[in-house]
Amino acid sequence: MSFPWAKQYEPKLPLTRWLDERLPVPRLVYNSLGGGYPVPRNLNYFWNFGVLAGAALAIQIITGIVLAMHYAANGTVAFDSVESIMRDVNAGWFLRYAHANGASMFFIVVYTHIFRGLYYGSYKAPREMVWLLGVVIFLLMMATAFMGYVLPWGQMSFWGAQVITGFFSAIPLVGDTIRIWLLGGFAPDNAALNRFFSLHYLLPFVIAGVIILHIWALHIPGSNNPTGVDVKGEQDTVPFHPYYTAKDGFGLGIFLLIFASLLFFFPNYLGHPDNYIPANPLSTPAHIVPEWYFWPFYAILRAFTADFILPAKLWGVLAMFGSILLLFFLPWLDSSPVRSMNYRPKARIAFWVLVADIAILGYCGGAPATATYVILSQICAAYYFAHFLIILPIISRSERPRPLPNSITEAVLANHGGTSPAKTALATSTTSPAPHAAH
Amino acid sequence: MVRLIASIVGAAFVLVLGIALFGSVAGVITDPVAPTAESVAHKHPKELELASNGVFGKFDRRQLQRGFQVYKEVCAACHSLRLVSFRDLQKIGYSEPEVKAIASQWVIEQPSINPETGEAATRKNIPSDRFPSPFANEVAARAANNNALPPDLSLITKAREEGTAYVHSLLTGYTTQPAALLKEFPDIKTPEGLHYNPYFANLNIAMPPPLTSDGQVTYADGTKPTIDQMSTDVSAFLTWTAEPNLEARHAAGFASIIFILIFCGLAWGAYQNVWRDVKH
Repeated sequence: MSFPWAKQYEPKLPLTRWLDERLPVPRLVYNSLGGGYPVPRNLNYFWNFGVLAGAALAIQIITGIVLAMHYAANGTVAFDSVESIMRDVNAGWFLRYAHANGASMFFIVVYTHIFRGLYYGSYKAPREMVWLLGVVIFLLMMATAFMGYVLPWGQMSFWGAQVITGFFSAIPLVGDTIRIWLLGGFAPDNAALNRFFSLHYLLPFVIAGVIILHIWALHIPGSNNPTGVDVKGEQDTVPFHPYYTAKDGFGLGIFLLIFASLLFFFPNYLGHPDNYIPANPLSTPAHIVPEWYFWPFYAILRAFTADFILPAKLWGVLAMFGSILLLFFLPWLDSSPVRSMNYRPKARIAFWVLVADIAILGYCGGAPATATYVILSQICAAYYFAHFLIILPIISRSERPRPLPNSITEAVLANHGGTSPAKTALATSTTSPAPHAAH
Repeated sequence: MVRLIASIVGAAFVLVLGIALFGSVAGVITDPVAPTAESVAHKHPKELELASNGVFGKFDRRQLQRGFQVYKEVCAACHSLRLVSFRDLQKIGYSEPEVKAIASQWVIEQPSINPETGEAATRKNIPSDRFPSPFANEVAARAANNNALPPDLSLITKAREEGTAYVHSLLTGYTTQPAALLKEFPDIKTPEGLHYNPYFANLNIAMPPPLTSDGQVTYADGTKPTIDQMSTDVSAFLTWTAEPNLEARHAAGFASIIFILIFCGLAWGAYQNVWRDVKH
């Protein structure tokens, strides 16, 4: 995989030699996350977020498995079993708050990871497959998170399940039948709760499987970098270990610092008070809102208030799913050969407008559906679709990118003032010296 | 081809959103939203200073005991506390014999069966019991309370926005309906059997004012039992019932943060050391 100058795994101990000839797992790890994976030397902190997402998934799986030992997926006892975890299980409050806030941390990290990919053109050739698998992971995460939020069987759990499964009833003719089949009843109840628990336990392992494919696909072309310029030679790269393991270690520390602050001091800040009220099918909460990480999509759903050929509800559901599905086509919608927005003056402006746009959509999605927020959602949802489906394809053809550096090393040395002598990335490197800085 | 189809799909969504936007804007102009009594008169909870507030928060055990006394003598007549056990009271400073005495002297007994006949019966509470509900079931609770259901209080401070302050504000917020409000909204006169309280979401609450006069309970520690003091104490107690592990959580938090800070320092040093010869 990747570059010819990648270091080769050399087992030193008799045991590792023996193992390498029979089941070369250490070689696989060495080549994918060790010294055998050459990575561009100029990655910034945004490249920490892939490893952080992996760490977040691991935290969710570990805390989740232990929580499942104490949780009972039955409508009559689910709420109380969660409260017994909070009160009677040793460190149960820690496990549950870690799992609930861990989900939020997972989404914070993954959203940053996605926006990094959008900004630096990591979805473009030859990394389209990495991007497509990433979108699959994102969809699986959303499904897992939604079903996990149903499990405590509070008011928001129940009514969230009611609203989200209600999307399927927007399908013409067969919608209601599909909804009832998915729920195993006319409304969320034991059947739904049990299957959600089953799937909530299954999907993280599916996610882990797709992550393996995601990393595999990444290792064919190797990692992108902030310049978006291809790796030209050995001087452009450093081995993943120890260079990026060290940097990721520090990144992980900062991640844990923020996670711990949230978990220990503001554990309910991102939750909704109504979910501490047991589910009650006879009492609808004043405002049904999903978890914060779904707010932008919830705002898009609610922005469609007019029937036009199709009913408004169907438009909303199509748009909400479409807003994510369109990401599958992004590598072919943005045809500019330049990856990094640093060298794309117009696309960069559109990118930051998109970031602001999604932030406003998020705010609107969490707010009550009053006229002001609906109008704001309609404007921002229109920009969201226009950005990906109309504006970006046009910009990618019309804009004149700024000149790209000849190589990663050139860009790095230019950043450092360009006066220092050219230096290879690795002091021990034996290949030809890097070209001098451009200026 | 992809780009052509995409632009058509994009244009369709933008068009439909444009139509929807037109409708929304027209709606705002032709039919502006009139203010409701709730939007005018509903108040956010007043700030409440408690020892358990903030990241350094700890429970004031004497206050929790006073709050428990208010719950026992006032709230428990109607409100259950079904997630809390008598044994939990040891965590707020009662000794084991005291907890035993509190349990066995509790007015509402624990549902049970007669060991001789198998018929439904009740028995005295023991420390491992949860607090028994004052009503046998929801129907009985509604029948006794003008068809309103007194909510369980175990989690009430986490089940409401700014819950601790909310409980305090609600208990001290009863007032007569302002004449000016009634003049503005003539049809919102508080119905018979309900009570005006601006901290309640729809302004009219079924619960009659529970704390009506200073000295309603007699504190053993000599604290003056004003209405404000009693409601503050019971809010503190209900903060504890909703989050009994708050102190352990804060303590574990500080230990974790210090540990992670040391880890960050070491990781930063390792990162700088590994990269010292590489420009990046």
